[in-house]
Amino acid sequence: MSHANQNEHPNITLKDLKPFYGSFQAVYPVNSIFKARSITAIIGPSGCGKSTVLRCINRMHEVVPGARVEGQVLLGDQDVYSHTIKPQAVRRRIGMVFQQPNPLRQLSIFENVAVGLRLDGMSKADVNVRVEESLRSAALWDEVKDKLNHSGLALSGGQQQRLCIARAIALRPSVLLFDEPCSALDPISTLKIEELLVELKQQFTIVIVTHNMQQAARISDHTLVFLVERINDVHRGVLVEEGETSQIFTSPQDERTTDYISGRVG
Amino acid sequence: MISQASNYRRRAIVDQIMRGMAILATIVALIPLFLIIGYVIVRGGSSFSIAFFTEAYRAPIALGDDIRSPGGVLHGIVGTILITGLATLIAMPVGIMAGIFLAEYPSNSVAMTVRFCTDVLSAAPSIIVGVVAYTLIVRTTGAFAGYIGSIALAVLMIPIITRTTEEILKLVPQTVREASMALGAPKWWRTLTVVLPAALGAIVTGVMLAFARAAGETAPLILTVLGNNNLSYNLMAPIAALPLLTYRYTEQPFPVLNDLAWGTALVLTLMVLLVNISVRVATRNRLR
Repeated sequence: MSHANQNEHPNITLKDLKPFYGSFQAVYPVNSIFKARSITAIIGPSGCGKSTVLRCINRMHEVVPGARVEGQVLLGDQDVYSHTIKPQAVRRRIGMVFQQPNPLRQLSIFENVAVGLRLDGMSKADVNVRVEESLRSAALWDEVKDKLNHSGLALSGGQQQRLCIARAIALRPSVLLFDEPCSALDPISTLKIEELLVELKQQFTIVIVTHNMQQAARISDHTLVFLVERINDVHRGVLVEEGETSQIFTSPQDERTTDYISGRVG
Repeated sequence: MISQASNYRRRAIVDQIMRGMAILATIVALIPLFLIIGYVIVRGGSSFSIAFFTEAYRAPIALGDDIRSPGGVLHGIVGTILITGLATLIAMPVGIMAGIFLAEYPSNSVAMTVRFCTDVLSAAPSIIVGVVAYTLIVRTTGAFAGYIGSIALAVLMIPIITRTTEEILKLVPQTVREASMALGAPKWWRTLTVVLPAALGAIVTGVMLAFARAAGETAPLILTVLGNNNLSYNLMAPIAALPLLTYRYTEQPFPVLNDLAWGTALVLTLMVLLVNISVRVATRNRLR
């Protein structure tokens, strides 16, 4: 892969990543590579640290008081925790969609998508073009084009979530992180989002945290399985296995993975 | 079969007794409130007239047994609006910005100190604020003036506005903050365009309630504003205020002036009531 290509479609590399809450290390060191133009799923039971690991990638982990990170997260060949890089700059290249759809409440549908662009001082005409383009990419344009001035809260849950995806896409990031994006949605909305994600992986490096194993099996190319390890009442997340999604779900190498995906634990 | 617990009767009786006591306590607490409002309405309402709202003070002159009308309290209404208005202009930016600071940097050591001082200040008797304003400003400048009263009232309003703003901003859901953080927005931008607009209605409520509280303060005004029998719009000189009129007219030997004090009290009560009710009506839908 050429260097320019790697810049536009970068892999994400986790090197000895250790998220802390205060002095408590929440997850055993994680080493992994999330490939560009593919979907990587992170699955595991509650409390296994899967969301924590995801939030380390765009430096959203450190916004929790006392939280910090050791180790490296590389976007292409750049360390996002380098002292010369501001977290805001990282977050503009690595977009995020949350569990609960969170459109900005006082803003219209249009403004919700435009809001990140205005920060850059983009011209009005360019903003108009980019908003439409982003809403189309998020498969929402046809449903909202006649009510761009309405509140984002007037949309259904699934539409709100696609609005949040459009908001993230608008900044033209390289990576999109999804933190259980469908857990607050009904099955039909979930299906739409899943189709959208498969579409979007042509352009973005996608990482999705989900507690829905079927979802991971349906849409992801690569899967990481996290579990909780209990030693002396200390609960700590651990990456037990990773690999091609088809392999993880058909012939897992680790016994604990087998137990988890067959529903025996977790 | 559904059986009834053996101690059911006893529990029902205890329940009735406790409920009766709670209702009784509520009534006892409300009696003074209704007594005050009722008495102010009865006594104050009878002194209402057109002149009461359109004229300033006129010296009562006895003509035989008849005593000429002592005029009205327009100068007090104007003075109170001007003094409290200026106080709000001073207190609002300081209070709101301090509140933002406390909410956005909650465990900063400066914030802890500010929060503690705010709590102390909001519990400080208003006469103390008046004495300090008198010593520091009136004694230094050598003159009583309306603006000094505004400063004293602003000091009383700032802690109210600060704490209301802080509490309201804390209620803005974390998901909203995260939404803007994930866009790579800097903190000041997030606060100004996302957090603050979400809380604006409630912050306005806080400011108006502080306004209502300050409008009724008397002690700081006695020591700073002094009072004025004439209609004046000049905050650089002594000026009238409703609570001052109530206080002064109550002391007068003329029954007509005592009646005027009741009327003034009613006007002040109605003003505070009006502000409270209009704020609640205006923000009722927003808060839901």
